[in-house]
Amino acid sequence: MSMETALLATLFLPLAGMVLIWLTGNSPNLREGVTLVTAVALFAIVLSLLDAVMAGASPGLTLLEVMPGLELAFKIEPLGMLFACIASGLWIINSLYSIGYMRGNGEKKQTRFYMCFTLAISSAMGIAFAGNMFTLFIFYEVLTLSTYPLVAHKETEEAKRGARIYLGILIGTSIGLQLAAVIWTWIAAGTLDFTKGGILADQIEPVLLPFLLALYMFGIGKAALMPFHRWLPAAMVAPTPVSALLHAVAVVKAGVFTVLKVVVYIFGIDLLAQTGAAHWLIWVASFTVLAASLVAMTKDNLKARLAYSTISQLGYIVLGAALANHYAILGGALHIATHAFGKITLFMCAGAIYVATHKTEISDMQGLGRVMPFTFGAFCIGALSIIGLPPFAGTWSKWYLALGAAETGMIVVVAVYMVSSLLNIAYLMPIVARGFFRPSPALATASAGAAVAPAKGGIQEAPFFCVLPPCLTAAGCLVLFFYADAIIALLRPIVE
Amino acid sequence: MMAVDHLPVLQVVGPLIAAPICSLLRARNLAWFFTLLVSIGAFLCSIYLLNTVLETGPISYAIGGWAAPLGIEYRVDASNGFVLLIISGISSVVLPFAKRSFELEVPENQHSLLYTAYILCLTGLLGITATADAFNVFVFLEVSSLSTYVLVAAGAKQDRRALTAAYNYLILGTIGATFFVIGVGLLYMATGTLNMADLAARVGPIGGSRTLDVGFAFIVIGLALKLALFPLHNWLPNAYTYAPSAVTAFLAATATKAAVYLLLRFCFTIFGSGSGFLAPMVGLVCMPLALAGMFAGSLAAIYQYNLKRMLAYSSVAQIGYMVLGISFLSITGLMATTLHLFNHALMKGALFMALGCVFFRVRSVNINDLSGIARQMPWTMAAFVISGLSLIGVPLTVGFISKWYLISAALEQEAWVLIALILASSLLAVIYIWRVIEVAYLKDPIPGRTVTEAPLSMLLPTWALVIANIYFGVDASLTTRVARMAAEGLVGMAQ
Amino acid sequence: MLELFLDKYNYWIVVVLMMIGLYIVIARGNLVKKIVGLNVFQTSVFMFYISLGKAEGGTAPILTGKPELFSNPLPHVLILTAIVVGIATTALGLALVVRIRESYDTIEEDELEGMDNAVVTTERARLGTGDAA
Repeated sequence: MSMETALLATLFLPLAGMVLIWLTGNSPNLREGVTLVTAVALFAIVLSLLDAVMAGASPGLTLLEVMPGLELAFKIEPLGMLFACIASGLWIINSLYSIGYMRGNGEKKQTRFYMCFTLAISSAMGIAFAGNMFTLFIFYEVLTLSTYPLVAHKETEEAKRGARIYLGILIGTSIGLQLAAVIWTWIAAGTLDFTKGGILADQIEPVLLPFLLALYMFGIGKAALMPFHRWLPAAMVAPTPVSALLHAVAVVKAGVFTVLKVVVYIFGIDLLAQTGAAHWLIWVASFTVLAASLVAMTKDNLKARLAYSTISQLGYIVLGAALANHYAILGGALHIATHAFGKITLFMCAGAIYVATHKTEISDMQGLGRVMPFTFGAFCIGALSIIGLPPFAGTWSKWYLALGAAETGMIVVVAVYMVSSLLNIAYLMPIVARGFFRPSPALATASAGAAVAPAKGGIQEAPFFCVLPPCLTAAGCLVLFFYADAIIALLRPIVE
Repeated sequence: MMAVDHLPVLQVVGPLIAAPICSLLRARNLAWFFTLLVSIGAFLCSIYLLNTVLETGPISYAIGGWAAPLGIEYRVDASNGFVLLIISGISSVVLPFAKRSFELEVPENQHSLLYTAYILCLTGLLGITATADAFNVFVFLEVSSLSTYVLVAAGAKQDRRALTAAYNYLILGTIGATFFVIGVGLLYMATGTLNMADLAARVGPIGGSRTLDVGFAFIVIGLALKLALFPLHNWLPNAYTYAPSAVTAFLAATATKAAVYLLLRFCFTIFGSGSGFLAPMVGLVCMPLALAGMFAGSLAAIYQYNLKRMLAYSSVAQIGYMVLGISFLSITGLMATTLHLFNHALMKGALFMALGCVFFRVRSVNINDLSGIARQMPWTMAAFVISGLSLIGVPLTVGFISKWYLISAALEQEAWVLIALILASSLLAVIYIWRVIEVAYLKDPIPGRTVTEAPLSMLLPTWALVIANIYFGVDASLTTRVARMAAEGLVGMAQ
Repeated sequence: MLELFLDKYNYWIVVVLMMIGLYIVIARGNLVKKIVGLNVFQTSVFMFYISLGKAEGGTAPILTGKPELFSNPLPHVLILTAIVVGIATTALGLALVVRIRESYDTIEEDELEGMDNAVVTTERARLGTGDAA
């Protein structure tokens, strides 16, 4: 298979899978078999591209010309390769998890669920391999629309309200701001191709650069930069596999991935560094990092707390992009990978707890760690990785980000990274502590809300398919710590 | 002269002769089939014409062999060739749909007469577009308008409000047409000619004559009534709401388009080089009204419970986009308008036809009656969703192409406020389309209602337009090429 | 001032007729009277075209010898068409009025609007969409 064919296959394979899922909708086993096979095949194809890209190849192709000069074109470069690997790799694990979760909860309309999921993955691949901003924008919108039915999945009033906010903010920012930015770039530079070093140098008055950057940064609503972050907590009404893969990995990472793409390939790091056009963004991103961490501490609902934590962590990456130097960009890109593993673990644990006990509030989870040791063990590892403690993956990305901040000489930014790490500890560790060290209320008084009160003593884990995936990703956090070099080696060409 | 050379006029005269024949056909199926043949004939004609125009340049035809300034000239260039294609194409797609729709919504004994009115309306619209004679425009304008009033009133079996809607449309439409003819009279007074090319040539040297300016103002206001520019849109929501579904689909996709084309013609071909009156007229009058229409139409659409009415108000907003494109007075702006003529015809046609399918089964287009309908009519609602996304302007649909060019036109002039307004108003479309999607997909079906998918004869035409929505959204090279030629032709003739 | 009035008296008549016609269309509630107003309005335009083509002391342009001065026939021909259009409009309008009278039992605009609004109110009540104005 030539690389071009493989590239196309990454887009069309999930689509083919979607059709098959539709056709096999009446037989759940077959349907979920198709999902898994598609996921594995997709990952295999993505991996088959990896070696060549590591060696410096960047295959590309043009599918068709939509408007004169504006093409639907794809091109593989290291950043996209990384994003594609993460999204497709974690999709396998998440598919296993979906099966356990959706069956464990007896959710309805599962065929629609799996179809939209594959469509979302296909558009994530489109985003990863987009060769120009135009193509990226198209798939960005498809991703928004394909995830809407997933957020509204429960069809309750609450789900509908959440989905409305989700769609409203994401479509609103992308059409209201990002589209304007894209067209502006097109008119100014005459091209939208992702080019090393950027396409905007000398094409636009330096005074206007910060405004264009603002249109992009706020227009990429998926990066959840404050004040356009509200959609992420709202999206938590979705079933947990959706929150885990999409709202911790594919969708939000598509956002920050787009931010990095814009900074590196549209503006160019040098241009931003010279003109200081991104200076304002440092403050907005810092504010997002800290404010979201503080809000996370006030949330008792586990998924809501994780959502705010995600907003804060996305802020890290945007902050890295805003610093616009080699270390910070590398750190930001690396953080896409490390945070993905950490956060998906946390979400899958939250889902496992929900399947086993139907508990969503942190204050109800006392003593659960003893009943669900594997789940809480995985949660603990995920949390440590997010905090950035060795020997877990999050260490490296924070290291590079802090290095980047130090290089610009802005001690305040270094402080932001450090303070927020402390805040991470403050809002994540109590959950673990509560689970392991507090006595279970079931032993003292009967808890009123719990549908399935854990039996005294023995281990009462969620179904196997709900517990295995978080353990796998937690192991991933550990493995990534030792193989971060490989990722850095992959990424290095984008800044050199 | 070969028969092919007569095509510019056959395109119009063919349906004109066919109309009385149709009224003699008593069997309704026969009448329908005859109408379909006529429409497809016109469609094939227009394809051939546009193709020829693209290859060899504008075609001129002198009726009865009387040469241009004296006789009536029919002239097809890229811009009106494109509009001819839109009108006859939409008509040919709507007709297969119309058969079942009329059977339900119109009394049986009126069918052949209704098809006659339909053909006449088609004649009128094609005539408006093809002719190069200002007074001839008025005649065809009235042919199409009079038959439209009849078509709208045919909805009376379903809802008697169709009658008052048709009456109000008649009053306002006649005032609009009369304003137009006053303007043409003043033009004739100042220049002594009615041929458009001749007018253009003579308007330039006269320059700032007050007679010309007043004539131009009368024409713009008359046309603004016809194309339902805010605040002269009052006839439109009722007419679209109470007309039979197929009629609404046809009118929404074509009638206002012909009027927009006329506005383009008069603004650029005739007055483009003339008095310095064009810029203030378009910039100070049309642009603010277009903007107001974009917002007023979209906001009103959000509050409608009758979905046909909702889409009708949305049309008012979309017409705002077209007029806004004109008011930029640039090639890109004209391209945006021309593209949106075509694209809006595709999306509104598809949306109204999808609603027609719903009405055919549910007998209502009120939003609450559509609760959970997507489960019972999945294909119909999928068509609605896709064309709705196109209306919003989501990438890979035609709506996106229009929006791209409109914003480009605004960016070229660095009109930042306008860009913000365009984007903000287009987001309003998300709200009213999504209201429908939520009700149709996320609510439970009304208990006890057993509704099945619409018949294929209605579904296929709807999907034909939906697929066109996607096709021309993914590959817009053809439409943008034609639009560029049209825009350059309109401006070029003026210079 | 007086000269301006007298010289262009045809235009003044046209303008006055036009305003009277439009006023009737707008101000009268009776549907038949509205159509009468519309007719007056259109007639003013006919007069406008006809006086446009008329030359003082000119004859009809008929090929008998060589008349020195003749009126421009084109506006007159045009207005023949317009008159036909006007008649068609009037006929159709009146036909609609008949149909309206048959189904509403009135041709007064206020009463018609009242009836239609009542329908809208009941529809809204049935659908429970009171939020819309």
